[in-house]
Amino acid sequence: MAESITSKPLTRKDFISDQDVRWCPGCGDYSILAQVQKTFPDLGIPKEKIVFISGIGCSSRFPYYMKTFGFHTIHGRAPTIASGVKLANPDLSVWVITGDGDSLSIGGNHFIHLMRRNFDINMIMFNNEIYGLTKGQYSPTSELGKVTKSTPFGSLDRPFNPPLLALGAASTFVARSIDKRTHHLQDMLKRTHEHKGTSFLEIYQNCNIFNDGAFKNLTDREVKDDNVLVLENGKPMIFGSKKNKGIHLDGFKPEVVELNGKFSVNDLVVHEESDRNLGGILANFTHNEKFPTPIGVLYCEEKPTYEDLLYDQIESAKKRLGEGDLEALLHSGDTWVIK
Amino acid sequence: MYKKMMKKQKNRNKELINVESVVIRFAGDSGDGIQLTGNRFANATAIIGNDLGTYPDYPAEIRAPAGTLAGVSAYQIQFSSKDIYTPGDKVDVLVVMNPAALKVHLSDLKPGGTIIANKSNFKSRNLKMAGWESDPLEDDTLSNYKVYDIEISRFVSSALKDMNLPSKTIERTKNMFALGLMYWIYTRPLEPTIEWLKVKFKSRPELVEGNIRALKAGYNFGDITEIFPASYQVGPAPLKKGTYRNITGNYAIGLGLLAASQKSGLPLFFGGYPITPASDILHQLSHYRNFGVKTFQAEDEIASIGSVIGAAFAGNLAVTASSGPGIALKGEALGLAVMTELPMVIVNVQRVGPSTGMPTKTEQADLFQALWGRNSESPMPVIAPISPGDCFYATYEACRIALKYMTPVFILSDALLANGSEPWLIPEIKQLSPIDVKFAVDPGEDSVFHPYERDKETLARKWAVPGTAGLEHRIGGLEKENITGNISYNPDNHQLMVNLRAQKVESIAREFPAMEIYGKDTGDLLVLGWGSTFGAIRAAVEKLRDEGMSVSHAQLRWVNPFPSDLGGILVKFQKILIPELNTGQLIKLIRSEFLIDAVGLNLSTGKPFTRSQIIEKIKSIM
Repeated sequence: MAESITSKPLTRKDFISDQDVRWCPGCGDYSILAQVQKTFPDLGIPKEKIVFISGIGCSSRFPYYMKTFGFHTIHGRAPTIASGVKLANPDLSVWVITGDGDSLSIGGNHFIHLMRRNFDINMIMFNNEIYGLTKGQYSPTSELGKVTKSTPFGSLDRPFNPPLLALGAASTFVARSIDKRTHHLQDMLKRTHEHKGTSFLEIYQNCNIFNDGAFKNLTDREVKDDNVLVLENGKPMIFGSKKNKGIHLDGFKPEVVELNGKFSVNDLVVHEESDRNLGGILANFTHNEKFPTPIGVLYCEEKPTYEDLLYDQIESAKKRLGEGDLEALLHSGDTWVIK
Repeated sequence: MYKKMMKKQKNRNKELINVESVVIRFAGDSGDGIQLTGNRFANATAIIGNDLGTYPDYPAEIRAPAGTLAGVSAYQIQFSSKDIYTPGDKVDVLVVMNPAALKVHLSDLKPGGTIIANKSNFKSRNLKMAGWESDPLEDDTLSNYKVYDIEISRFVSSALKDMNLPSKTIERTKNMFALGLMYWIYTRPLEPTIEWLKVKFKSRPELVEGNIRALKAGYNFGDITEIFPASYQVGPAPLKKGTYRNITGNYAIGLGLLAASQKSGLPLFFGGYPITPASDILHQLSHYRNFGVKTFQAEDEIASIGSVIGAAFAGNLAVTASSGPGIALKGEALGLAVMTELPMVIVNVQRVGPSTGMPTKTEQADLFQALWGRNSESPMPVIAPISPGDCFYATYEACRIALKYMTPVFILSDALLANGSEPWLIPEIKQLSPIDVKFAVDPGEDSVFHPYERDKETLARKWAVPGTAGLEHRIGGLEKENITGNISYNPDNHQLMVNLRAQKVESIAREFPAMEIYGKDTGDLLVLGWGSTFGAIRAAVEKLRDEGMSVSHAQLRWVNPFPSDLGGILVKFQKILIPELNTGQLIKLIRSEFLIDAVGLNLSTGKPFTRSQIIEKIKSIM
């Protein structure tokens, strides 16, 4: 039985569960689900080894729609459950599905610790800059002054910059994509999977009910090329509808320059994914109107994973001390015999 | 071994007097090494075959200012040539390292009891700090006691004077002097402590030598000086045959988890967050890497239970341990554990609350939290170990039930059990009941896996771990449709699932052996306790039965569900007395479940019951 399931090559259909998808019509989540279902057959992971773990929120319904193992947990805690799954069985491909409220507000603590521990876990954060499931309160990524149901006079707290937060928390892979850029999103999903270590993929996702058009300037045909910087490793940072703009570094200070004679392609920064400082500079473009919004892999560097280190400790302890002997342990220390 | 060791020490100069039981309390600054001294004494006492009970009582502050009342740490031990159940009520011998320790503990000393005081520390500054107006060793404050004031600091510095050690280091060996003296007075062997010192300070030979010198100086002081006319002997207790070790409740929990892991063949995953008095379980398990044990110190209490739920989902024996405030933080996740019906064990080493309360003191006030500290109907089995050694068996049993019934199980230990110790007959691993775990391997007849299909007898659902082809399924916190496990808002389904979850937990009672009643199974009074009060209640009831009173004792280990024979037992007694270290939690359950007008004995002092408190209460209602 089991063999017949795994021996056929997987297709998109193999990942579609029998549950009706219940997001609002027009929601960006549909596209993300479609790209995941389209990409996963190519990842080469047996379906039974894939686990989707989510918290609470619109995005967190995701696992129900994937015909893999899935766990819809509680608000903000998906990283903690995912950590336990990975430690119990490092062989599994573990994916955390979360939103901006779930991961950065109620789950903020778990977010930073997940990043620094570097389990081989993939976190996909659907960032729509609003609370959807609770019907439209501002989120920790909403812009300052956001007028919502709970902030009729405008929100008072400055938003998180998720990639910068992930970098600050010692993440080893930080990437970003957009729900509407389907091919880019598919590429990023593959990169997210390929990275061994905790991968953080932020996806800008339009909530057409409570925050419609939040990413309009990044997705509308007429303006998107002037507002989005598509990062490619080893390539100069060029953007603009006419490919006529780029990022130039003056020391550590980035600036947007026009390629009009004074500056040429040779003056532009070449993207180096493993450069942590560069990752920080790029992350700082977020919410900064002077700069285009970077998408792609901002930073990627392999470091030992937590679970590898743990299992190494177990193996070396077994080598050093021998396989644990309970009988001997019970009788260790001071014992005495009553005859 | 014992005989050989004692023979060496037979060349004594003084009379040897036999006594049955003794209660000693060591007290001093928390930096004085009191817990260590007590532990060594308990160890030497266990080795010569006495029955014993210990009660460490220490402040939450790591090092409160030296000499203050807040910084006093104490360790009490009762040892006996007969079976005993508690660390003892009133103290026969109080060993105090400073005036503050005397101030705090004098009221617990028996009239006519013995005080051994480190006179070197009774200086005006220390006296003042402890609130003594004049030196109690000089005035008539202690006229009702036998007082031995000894310049311990002076003796150790002369014993170590040619060693060129810093004076602070020398001063630190004074606990060994006190320990050596107590070894002489109660004829305990020095060797186990000497061996232990050699291991403890392996890399600091000067400390090994210094401490051994201080230990021997204390011993010889007792033997040679004129002050002590005699020493005492407490013979071995009639313990069951077998190999023993001394064990604390926390340590026994760690071993119980390891035993359950080995017997079930499941890797042990422990997700924890440091909290007094539960942290030692995390510390202990973190050493067992060669047993394949995975310990994970999470970022907070919520993450620790989250990781445990994840590990349970993925097929490990998953466990967490905490104390009341930490359990409160885990509450929401525990509801998820109930909803997803995953096997795991949650240890609550209870301490005094509410809030941070008194973190190092003992209480039994989290029973209601264990039963109802989650939103909605969220039933969970609860087991409460009755002694430090029983923590091993209760833990093993909790794991077995969790795995068999696919449910989270609570263990309610407490600070008294956690740090208290007793001689423990080391169990035969092969005699523990088997733990058979069967993971689901195929989806069943119609090729569609039903994660909420249940075993007809246990009502347990199948454990289908990720990685098993054909069993891909989704679970979560939303209400499940019976059998399919799909999300369901159907009213009748919710009613059914609430009932099923409750029935499953209720049905665990079939696993329990018949309740043991100490004394007759009918009579004037039954004292019903739960958890760690076992020792004090048993000691009290034993004494009153010896005096001819018609009183019996039963102790609940499983508090949820109740044993099915409990109701039948209760109605056979005229009166039921329920002592608890809370304001009355079990008693409310008993009253509402059985409509019995039980009487409570309730104490919230952070201290365990003494035998005499229970005797007094029994006498007052009979």
